[in-house]
Amino acid sequence: MISQTTPSVFKRVLPQLVILAVVLACNLAVFPGFFALSVHDGRVFGNLVDVLNRGAPVALLCIGMTLVIATRGIDLSVGAVMAIAGAVAASVLAGGQGWGTALLGALAAGLLCGLWNGVLVAVLRIQPIVATLVLMVAGRGIAQLITEGTILTFLDPGMIRLGAGTVLGLPTPIWIWIGLGALVITVVRRSALGMLIEAIGINEAASRLAGINSRVLLICVYGVTGFCAALAGVIVAADIKGADANNAGLWLELDAILAVVIGGNSLLGGRFSILASLLGALIIQSVNAFILLSGLPPEFNLIIKAVLILAILVIQSPKVGHALYMLRAGGLPLGGRTKARSPLTSKEEKAQ
Amino acid sequence: MKLKATLLAGAAVLLPVLAQAGDLTVGFSQIGSESGWRAAETTVTKQQAKERGLTLKFADAQQKQENQIKALRGFIAQGVDAILLAPVVATGWDQVLEEARDAEIPVILLDRTVDAPQELYLTAVTSDLVHEGAVAGQWLVDAEAGEDCRIVELQGTTGSSPALDRKKGFEQAIADHPNLKIVRSQTGDFTRSQGKVVMESFLKAEAPGSICALYAHNDDMAVGAIQAIKEAGLQPGKDIKIVSIDGVPDAHLAIAHGEMNATIELTPNMAGPALDALEAYLKDGTAPPKWIQTESRLFTAKDDNMAIYEEKKTLGY
Repeated sequence: MISQTTPSVFKRVLPQLVILAVVLACNLAVFPGFFALSVHDGRVFGNLVDVLNRGAPVALLCIGMTLVIATRGIDLSVGAVMAIAGAVAASVLAGGQGWGTALLGALAAGLLCGLWNGVLVAVLRIQPIVATLVLMVAGRGIAQLITEGTILTFLDPGMIRLGAGTVLGLPTPIWIWIGLGALVITVVRRSALGMLIEAIGINEAASRLAGINSRVLLICVYGVTGFCAALAGVIVAADIKGADANNAGLWLELDAILAVVIGGNSLLGGRFSILASLLGALIIQSVNAFILLSGLPPEFNLIIKAVLILAILVIQSPKVGHALYMLRAGGLPLGGRTKARSPLTSKEEKAQ
Repeated sequence: MKLKATLLAGAAVLLPVLAQAGDLTVGFSQIGSESGWRAAETTVTKQQAKERGLTLKFADAQQKQENQIKALRGFIAQGVDAILLAPVVATGWDQVLEEARDAEIPVILLDRTVDAPQELYLTAVTSDLVHEGAVAGQWLVDAEAGEDCRIVELQGTTGSSPALDRKKGFEQAIADHPNLKIVRSQTGDFTRSQGKVVMESFLKAEAPGSICALYAHNDDMAVGAIQAIKEAGLQPGKDIKIVSIDGVPDAHLAIAHGEMNATIELTPNMAGPALDALEAYLKDGTAPPKWIQTESRLFTAKDDNMAIYEEKKTLGY
């Protein structure tokens, strides 16, 4: 696992790539100009850029969420942490400080929130879903206290550039999530960290007996998630030049969990792929783009999304995967022999 | 002896008047502070009470009906002279309103109405959401003066009554004008960020330069959309006319900067008309109508938006 070879990584994310291609093809069907790109004032415009740009918050959230879920945990507070981070950034700017200080303040606040969750889970042994629910509920209140209930706006060009600016023609958020994603993937896969995280998720007691300091590692993982959420919160606030404590990151924790699941990661922990989760985030954003471009009345938004997501999850389910495998195998001349090789088949035969 | 009797009689006549002017206590059960507008409503209500020399007992329900019912029972127990209620939901008020009636305390509803018999409250002071949409539509009808115009619409949260009614009013106003056509309509959830995201997709989905106007169901979505329009290299307010509803400070600022054309104010001063009606009722029993509609005032570049912005900024929006 430490040094995954390129073909095995490709094989792992193949289902996500196929689904992404299908969803993008649907977009093309409803809007023929979907893949068109144009350049105005050194900035690339197009729907594909929008998908990458608007997918940034969920992409950032799902980096941390993948790690937490790999430890058999979950973090429901990321949406609220986004609101807190945005509020901190805006209030630091309102206090006359520069954007660098504001960014650091927001990231520190996010890290602190993550560590708080980590301590509840790892030290006090509270179930992750309940432990993080505390901050999910309280976090928005904290954010409102910071902004005093208003949408705190700012005009600092440095901060705005983080959300709405461009680097080399592409919006800054794209570079941020790709950069952080690459960094975290490298760190967990080039070292033993990824394997240690998976070990905790598979069997924490066994991992502890094997000498893994699971407590510290768990706290760190929740800390990383808080950090990712803070970065997402800063981007969202910078994008609208204001911190909206009521709405920033609302329900995004669910999208982040969904991205991890679409990425083929098990909610029961264990093996994980951040790359697949990031593709999951892009799939969700492509579905959102499809809904907006389809021009259907908004009453259909959630229905379309639910149907598409259900279809994606059904295609990914082991049962359907196996049925497809059988279908393909049956079509081959040596069908019988191929069937016999499938481990699942022999199990099913026994069951019968 | 005679003089004393005269004085006493005079005092007896004067006393109720004095009591009304000075010692009136009004309880105000507010929903919470979920939006800037709500915070402004609270501020204005407190200001109104102060200007009229009333004692205002304020209770923040933090979005919970049980807190509001508790607050109302508290007000009744304290024997306040009247109750202002901004109900968080429409149902479930009958019992506590009956208790208030039995204690002979008039209740005035602010901003929203309830599903309860009308005799249980004195009056309801609300804006007319359909009318707000109609004012926005009429402004665009006048601004375009017969020229063809393709409109995009940013709706509020799907299924919410402000979204439904503001859409209905706007559509009614432009119905007889075939030159005005809504070509795209999507929800922006009343938020800045969704307003921006959805406007971005509108700008790409429609041919460049073919959108002539934007109608947003609230100012926050319009403010988000303005940023999207700017980033697409267009001039908001000129290339695309923008009209929205609420009259929040940032909308006035945008109009002052020429980036927006019109906003229809949802006044935070619901307490003013409510207290007017209450004072008239307590003075000589004048029963107000069961519904007092607040003014849905149109603000355009003709108004001094910078001054309004500075003034509104202090209200806690």
